[in-house]
Amino acid sequence: MQTFRFELGDLPAEAESLRAEVREFLRRELGDAAPVRRAHSWGGFDREFSRKMGARGWIGMTWPKRYGGHERSALERYVLLEEMLAAGAPVSAHWIADRQSGPLLLRFGTEAQREKFLPAITRGELAFAIGMSEPDSGSDLASLRTRAERVAGGYRVNGTKVWTSNAHLADYMIATFRTHHDPAKKHEGLTQFLVDTKLEGITMSPIIDLAGSHHFNMVVFEDAFVPEDMRVGEEGAGWKQVTTELAFERSGPERYLSSFALLLELIREVGKDPGERAAATVGRLVAHLTTLRQMSLSVALMLQAGENPNLEAAVVKDVGTTFEQEVPEVVHALLGVEPTIDSGSDLQQVLGFLTQRAPSFSLRGGTREILRGIIARGLGLR
Amino acid sequence: MNELRTILGDVVTRLFTDRVTKELLESAEQGQWPDDLWQAVEENGLTLPLVPESKGGAGGTWGDALVVVRAAGRHAVPLPLAETIVGSWFLSEAGLEAPSGPLTIAPVRLGGTAARVPWGRAAGHVVIVTGVEGRPMVALTARGAGEVTLDQNLAREPRDTLVFDAAPVVAAAPAGGRVPANAVWLYGALVRSAQMAGGLDYLLRQASQYATERRQFGKPIGSFQAIQQNLAVLAGHTAAAGTAAAHAFRAADRGDPAFEIAAAKVRVGEAAGIGASITHQAHGAIGFTYEHALHFVTRRLWSWRAEFGGEGDWAVELGRSVAERGADALWPHLTAR
Repeated sequence: MQTFRFELGDLPAEAESLRAEVREFLRRELGDAAPVRRAHSWGGFDREFSRKMGARGWIGMTWPKRYGGHERSALERYVLLEEMLAAGAPVSAHWIADRQSGPLLLRFGTEAQREKFLPAITRGELAFAIGMSEPDSGSDLASLRTRAERVAGGYRVNGTKVWTSNAHLADYMIATFRTHHDPAKKHEGLTQFLVDTKLEGITMSPIIDLAGSHHFNMVVFEDAFVPEDMRVGEEGAGWKQVTTELAFERSGPERYLSSFALLLELIREVGKDPGERAAATVGRLVAHLTTLRQMSLSVALMLQAGENPNLEAAVVKDVGTTFEQEVPEVVHALLGVEPTIDSGSDLQQVLGFLTQRAPSFSLRGGTREILRGIIARGLGLR
Repeated sequence: MNELRTILGDVVTRLFTDRVTKELLESAEQGQWPDDLWQAVEENGLTLPLVPESKGGAGGTWGDALVVVRAAGRHAVPLPLAETIVGSWFLSEAGLEAPSGPLTIAPVRLGGTAARVPWGRAAGHVVIVTGVEGRPMVALTARGAGEVTLDQNLAREPRDTLVFDAAPVVAAAPAGGRVPANAVWLYGALVRSAQMAGGLDYLLRQASQYATERRQFGKPIGSFQAIQQNLAVLAGHTAAAGTAAAHAFRAADRGDPAFEIAAAKVRVGEAAGIGASITHQAHGAIGFTYEHALHFVTRRLWSWRAEFGGEGDWAVELGRSVAERGADALWPHLTAR
């Protein structure tokens, strides 16, 4: 059994001084944004806001200066992210690029790709989407079938991606395609590409979620041509790159803060002098929240120290998403108010939004069951 | 991790692994005081981690004490070790000398009666924190003369009623800035959180090991997804418990740890109930027998989560403090801790 460790520590002074700066910025930019807007958390897409963040040097802030980054520490970035999420800032237009696509290019991209894409990302001008899932490949990601066949100067792509969040708004997609097919070795033969969403041969159609919103898309490739220089990494290295990429996103504050806006409304609702039942409900949620923050921060500290806390990160995501999903249930159990769409109180609207959003918390970025399988492997069970 | 913590960790693991055997735990449950173990613990300097070196202690921090207390929970050590660590710290903060031998702590007014005092019968002295004219005072009383009514918790650890009418006060002094009037309750909850976190460490290790050894349907039960998913949940609660306890001990070193201690007792207590349930389920019928050692830890968890305030009590306390500060203060408060 691999043991896990959550050692606690302090954030460096520069991270704490950044926190004050970020709070001031958010106070000015968000003003009195409605709680239900804030509840969208990292789902809010606002290019203007992303450009302002870029101007502040807050996108790609840990990347090398030669690519437009600022070479600040991962812990400063951690503080920035948690402040953005706690305030409910609309970070979606740069979120994927900052968290996944940029780091992927830094690790596996060519020099030309880095020079072309990274500076524009840091300015908040390039939005990315991720093309992984397919109609027949969800948790069994390695079974994906969208083919990229070698042709003169590049690849011809045919197939279908689904659940591609914000593909209709994004400029580029990092997509994983099959470049080689051997039924016995499905983890081999996968390759990642930078795909311009405006390419000929790509058709997008919305997949409307249960709440009536459009985030997801179905992206159909019909003889779409992707130039050779848009391949990311070696042919066949896709699986390793994808799993690295998914590990980047497991333990961040976005894995326990998605329902934070509702906790705030609950605290407002119960008032300064709550009864025992209300106080116990708030106290229990806050106990979970503060513990999760320490767990998430502990992983950030380990990452900064150059360690590889993969198991710890998976644990944070599992415990964190469980908490996020529990908040609307607990609020319902305590107050029993009706969740609403655009009528009623702020609390009712936030409850309505998060009740409908919560099922996705343990699906996105790898289902709870897959994640628990990863943890079980760490425990030596498989 | 600093040097003292590494040394402490090695010492406690070796000592408890060697000495705290199933036989010793059984005899302790039958009322036998494990004196050899106590002597070894004292000789190794584990009882006074927070007392300055000039006064015979280890001169350490709460962070160092956590290593000892968590290990004591992991091994179900049948001694008032956590109580002695807390009691000697109260004395030291008040500028009083800690006597040798086991101590316990009790939330009681001088001259009163205290129920369910941990290890009351075994402790030579009882450390009391009480408000006198609005100021917290620490008093050391000799247990010997007082009347003792024996009782126990689910793990058959002594939880006795002590009558202090005749108990002589050996020493008393103002408590010092870091020990509030409710310190017994607060720091009792702190050490129980760490003991439970240690107990959960044991459960996770034990359940993972058993699941790889026990075979059914021709393969280890740990190869079934149903078991894997449950043990992953156990891993999450174990990780959360360890983190919550460590966070509270860090706060104790910083001073003003009421928020973190309340959060820890709530979070760890919840993990203890769920963790015991998952571990028993994974062990099947054998884990339900007296012969199997699992219950030495699970029965302690079921009692410890209720001692020095259950999850409900501390959640109310925590919730009221959060409500009092208001919604807009929550995030700044969390990030400042």
